[in-house]
Amino acid sequence: MPRLKLFLPLAAFVLLSLLLFKGLSLDPTSLPSALVGKPLPDFELEELHSGEILSRQRIIGEPMLVNIWATWCYSCRVEHPYLLELAAQGVQIIGLNYKDDSVKAVGWLKDLGDPYALTLADSEGRLGLDMGVYGAPETYVVDAQGVVQYRHVGVVDAQVWQSLLVAWFPEFRREGVSQ
Amino acid sequence: MLAEVGHFALIIAFVLACLQAVVPLVGAWRGHSGSMLLAPPLAVGVFVFLLIAFVILATTFLQDDFSVKVVASNSNSFMPDIYKFSAVWGNHEGSLLLWVLILSGWMVAVAQFSRGLPLTMLARVLGVMGLVAVGFIAFSLLTSNPFERLLPGIPAEGQDLNPLLQDPGLIIHPPLLYMGYVGFSVPFAFAIAALMGGRLDAAWARWSRPWTNVAWGFLSLGIMLGSWWAYYELGWGGWWFWDPVENASFMPWLVGAALVHSLAATEKRGLFRSWTVLLAIAAFSLSLLGTFLVRSGVLTSVHAFAADPDRGLFILIFLALVIGGSLVLYALRAPTVASRVQYGAFSREALLLANNFIFVISATTVLLGTLFPLVMDALGQGKYSVGPPYFNAVFVPLMALLVPFMGIGPVSRWKQDAPSRWRQELLLPAAVVVLCALVLPVLTLGFNLWVALAVLFSGWLLAGLLRDFLDRTRTAKGLFSKWRRLTPSYLGMLLAHTGFAAMILGVTVVSQHNVEKDLRMLPGDSEDVAGYRFHFVGVNPVAGPNYDADQADFQVFKGETLVAELSPQKRRYRASGQVMTEAAIDPGMFRDLFIAMGEPVGEEAWAIRLQYKPMIRWIWFGALMIGFGALTTAFDRRYRLRERRLDTAETQAAMNSPAHAKA
Repeated sequence: MPRLKLFLPLAAFVLLSLLLFKGLSLDPTSLPSALVGKPLPDFELEELHSGEILSRQRIIGEPMLVNIWATWCYSCRVEHPYLLELAAQGVQIIGLNYKDDSVKAVGWLKDLGDPYALTLADSEGRLGLDMGVYGAPETYVVDAQGVVQYRHVGVVDAQVWQSLLVAWFPEFRREGVSQ
Repeated sequence: MLAEVGHFALIIAFVLACLQAVVPLVGAWRGHSGSMLLAPPLAVGVFVFLLIAFVILATTFLQDDFSVKVVASNSNSFMPDIYKFSAVWGNHEGSLLLWVLILSGWMVAVAQFSRGLPLTMLARVLGVMGLVAVGFIAFSLLTSNPFERLLPGIPAEGQDLNPLLQDPGLIIHPPLLYMGYVGFSVPFAFAIAALMGGRLDAAWARWSRPWTNVAWGFLSLGIMLGSWWAYYELGWGGWWFWDPVENASFMPWLVGAALVHSLAATEKRGLFRSWTVLLAIAAFSLSLLGTFLVRSGVLTSVHAFAADPDRGLFILIFLALVIGGSLVLYALRAPTVASRVQYGAFSREALLLANNFIFVISATTVLLGTLFPLVMDALGQGKYSVGPPYFNAVFVPLMALLVPFMGIGPVSRWKQDAPSRWRQELLLPAAVVVLCALVLPVLTLGFNLWVALAVLFSGWLLAGLLRDFLDRTRTAKGLFSKWRRLTPSYLGMLLAHTGFAAMILGVTVVSQHNVEKDLRMLPGDSEDVAGYRFHFVGVNPVAGPNYDADQADFQVFKGETLVAELSPQKRRYRASGQVMTEAAIDPGMFRDLFIAMGEPVGEEAWAIRLQYKPMIRWIWFGALMIGFGALTTAFDRRYRLRERRLDTAETQAAMNSPAHAKA
């Protein structure tokens, strides 16, 4: 049956196209990040204001939100007031200023208020790349051990906080409900 | 008005392409030479109308006609004209138009330069290419019309081209790359035509060969330019990222490399015929797959076009028809009888087989790595990303495995050769090369095992080439007759293989001896990197045509002599507000000095990246040699001579055939 062997490439291609067809209906951007359940990648980035070099070790220790933002991102402006509100309640938020201009970023925080305990200046987007960031805004829940627990793509507002994020911040649950 | 004319020209091109896909193929089937003779003029017609559409699109860009959607979203009246022009293919719709324009350019070239082909063959080849053109023009018209208007509500100003693309390298990178990608449609069409006619012989291989080599050469040059652009424009000094879109162009290149070599065996010895046909189909299929991956949004990548599932579905169906159809044809028509030609375990055929094996395995590993995230996602196994560690771990050993065979290749003989003869030919050069591998690294940058291996490998390649070169020219007297012995296809091989040797050296040395420093620098600061002193003079504001920049001035000294003055920039493009790092590079044969600006950190201080990149140019120089080597082979006289001889034979045969009498 030498002829049958010649059908092998066809069979391989059929499998491949089934895969590609399936791929079309999957949205690569609606990611529950590859990082979920894994430690936050290591990094060495400058703090936006102080210029101090921060590493992963320096920022972990309590449950926190890591918020990816940039001045070029309009939706970040939309979610900003709610982040301020969360910060006022005492939620630890680390900012990751993603592919941005530091001067602009400092100005933005001066004008609109600074919800971030610390802001990492990731101007080249390297940590963003390691984390698999697709754009801004994105918000990651990182637990006290520095393990990524959840990823949210898009604006964080009261509803997102209540339904998706608050689960990892038990101490804020009750206050959150009143919001 | 103009845009509508362009749209109309595209529709006419579509109709002509439909005719080109149907009439000659039917003609070839029914033996009607009148219909077959229509193929070349139809190909020219498609080309002319696509050219009109393209010129009109370019004109709307140059005239800042922001009522046209792609112009409004990808151009800006402040951009220099050259970037307005290259913006035509800086977006999905326009680049697709360029894609089909180049395809029709290849059709015209086939019609023009293949006069010696038997008419049925020519008709089938052009018919198959016409089918491909129909699919892509329909894709453009139905899902990605470049002439779509923004009416009402014409914006006063365009949104600017992505600043990354506002660069001289990007003006020619896509056209060259497409020349290669799309060029594989020619050997593909030849393969399909041969399968249709049931004629897979040495003549078929000889016809396909120059086209394959030229397409592969262009693809090499296109990939090389892309890598070079990434190096100086993305701002962090890397030159290859194993990004899905890079892989999309690299897979056809790898299969193309296998095809280029297996065609040699098929032409010279009539061997591997089914295999060669399959490779020709695979090379073009991978080009199509690349197009799908880039334009469907199935994989995310730094330079994927805007994702659109509708477009994805369209290409996928088209892919299924073209590739599925050709593989069915292959399964039904490819010869199963093993060729009667024999060859020994030690022969050029065996070496070429090893080459093919390695290239195909490499392409498969790249394909698996690229699709792995998709497979896992489709199986519900979660999201993965496959990065450079995987690719480097599998790819580098494969390329290393290629080298031993590649060194023997040129001196080897067809049919039957003897290891004892290889030993005799290569023992002395091998000894010299081993010595070089041990001594050279010590004398230059200090001993390093990987560099020593790289010297060993590239030296081995060069030794084989040199040995064969001397053998060939030994008996010829005088320079001129020596030169005469070197056919373009031999020279091309020399050039390409030497280029590969140069690349091995470049890649290894730069990855082993690269020095990179990220610093906070104040004006007046100096820093030593690999024996060079980088002196930071200061920062000045500079205004470009459509951006404002901070420009840092650096002086680089070696000892007390000033080697270079470099001025990297941090640009902010006015229309989009995007910030871009424009690295400054002092290039050199043996080292590049590279400075990129990071962010301002505090008063006057800047984050600065300084890099010393030894021998990085050798990578692109090697790739250039590979590309030009492949192009050179197409000038071989034998392609033209035999065509002409065939020409007369075929015309006579046609004269006597009933089909001709009918016409």
